[in-house]
Amino acid sequence: MLKDITLGQFFPGKTVVHRLDPRTKLLLLIVYIVALFLAKSYFSYGLVLAFLIAVTLLGKIPWKAMTRGLKPMLIFIIFTALLNLFYTKGGTLLVDWWIFEIWSDGVRTAFFMVLRIMMLICGTFLLTYTTSPIALTDALERLLNPLKKIHVPVHELAMMMSIALRFIPTLIEETDKIISAQKARGADFETGSIIRRAKALIPILVPLFVSAFRRADELATAMECRCYHGGEGRTRLKVLRYARIDLFAFFVGALLLAGVIVLRRFGL
Amino acid sequence: MDPTKPIIEVQDLTHIYSAGTPFEHTAIEHISLSFHPGELVGVIGHTGSGKSTLIQHLNGLLKPTSGKVLYKGEDIWKDKKFTHSVRGKVGLVFQYPEYQLFEETCWKDIAFGPKNQGISGDELDARVRRAAGFVGISEELLEKSPFDLSGGQKRRVAIAGVIAMEPDVLILDEPTAGLDAAGRDSILENIRAYQQAQNAAVIMVSHSMEEVAALCSRLVVMNRGTVAMDNTPADVFTCADKLTEMGLSVPQVTSVFALLRAKGLDVPPDVYTVRYAVARLLERKEGRPC
Repeated sequence: MLKDITLGQFFPGKTVVHRLDPRTKLLLLIVYIVALFLAKSYFSYGLVLAFLIAVTLLGKIPWKAMTRGLKPMLIFIIFTALLNLFYTKGGTLLVDWWIFEIWSDGVRTAFFMVLRIMMLICGTFLLTYTTSPIALTDALERLLNPLKKIHVPVHELAMMMSIALRFIPTLIEETDKIISAQKARGADFETGSIIRRAKALIPILVPLFVSAFRRADELATAMECRCYHGGEGRTRLKVLRYARIDLFAFFVGALLLAGVIVLRRFGL
Repeated sequence: MDPTKPIIEVQDLTHIYSAGTPFEHTAIEHISLSFHPGELVGVIGHTGSGKSTLIQHLNGLLKPTSGKVLYKGEDIWKDKKFTHSVRGKVGLVFQYPEYQLFEETCWKDIAFGPKNQGISGDELDARVRRAAGFVGISEELLEKSPFDLSGGQKRRVAIAGVIAMEPDVLILDEPTAGLDAAGRDSILENIRAYQQAQNAAVIMVSHSMEEVAALCSRLVVMNRGTVAMDNTPADVFTCADKLTEMGLSVPQVTSVFALLRAKGLDVPPDVYTVRYAVARLLERKEGRPC
């Protein structure tokens, strides 16, 4: 049940996209998002979309995984589309019925907004689908490293993040187990009023918190036993290094951004 | 209740986890088994052989991919209400059940199960006390917080929480894992006491061959998602080679006797408890053939 959560699930693989340095991918995602927000026309959207599709194909990510990822956001997307459809006025009046008015500009904005949100989500999914959470935190730590100069505890934050990420599957598994166990004792989570259902969560949350605290305690002890003392003087097993494909990826990213800006200049 | 009729049975049961995803994995395949009232069945098998998947089908926690689970001859998935009520009839104690305790007092925690069945008042109190009695939790402990108890006591309270529903079928997933010898023996004794008092069917998953040999009247051996053997302990432990192949072992006393036989001593091959071994050896000493 809970195991089926796909949000940001990592698909292991050996494609070019997987092999890129996680820092490159993170920066490229930022470039992609900027490009997406600069895009204003069919041409520029087409360009960004082509980039998205190319990376998806290169990363061998199944289309199903992409659409499945969009599902939880469906309500949000529909809501945005409707708001834009009815509240944008301009162009020619297409429909005028009762209190509803639909203008051609509304259709256009709604279409672009939906496209933008969907492409935004798909883009972030591409990153998490092709990059393991640990690599991602590593990249974040390295990219934020300069902030250490102003006494931001970058290493500690990254460590906390990777520990949190590391324990998500464990906690999901644990939650599943506790739910099963309480169900075996006749607990009912599916029927009744909201208050009843909220109350039904107590038998899950209490054991979950108890075990989360126990795990945190044990982990802290285990880390101390291995002389962990924060980031100072710490070396890494896997040192991140930019390779030639990263350079190429940056080039493609720059091209994408330049393309969108040029198209924008020409009003396309 | 007719003791010749199975209380719970599975027919051609198959379960596939995450069907239709890259993580698809067949846990059990075409399993058919039946369990009768008063039986004490041990389920053994290496890690990942499908034991846990099998037992979670028996009380409707997992829905079969194909096949049926019948409680007293009725399909437990025939309607939602029935599935829910079966969970009270088929009690399942998970591995490390002490991690599911959540109430302020042991009494309340044990009462959670029967309360969900709709029992209240004096009957509820009687059930809680009876269940606590079976597992040897004293009256004054009932008013304590379960989080203040020792590991072994917590485990007992958790088992009592299932026993309090007074199930006809009691399933335990490694009830003695992580306990010391004394705790192990007394919990097994409690389980036997419950089985005899209620004439319940008890199904116990275990990794300890000694434990199942001493307690169970029937052994189901699982291997790679199928039932490899289903027989009396004596017959199962005679096939020591087959068990070793499956990554299992035989009780130590059985290995000792096998070695004795290999050395040319005329001892019986079906020895699997120390008590039985002693009896046979004494018989031998008195000169009778065995």
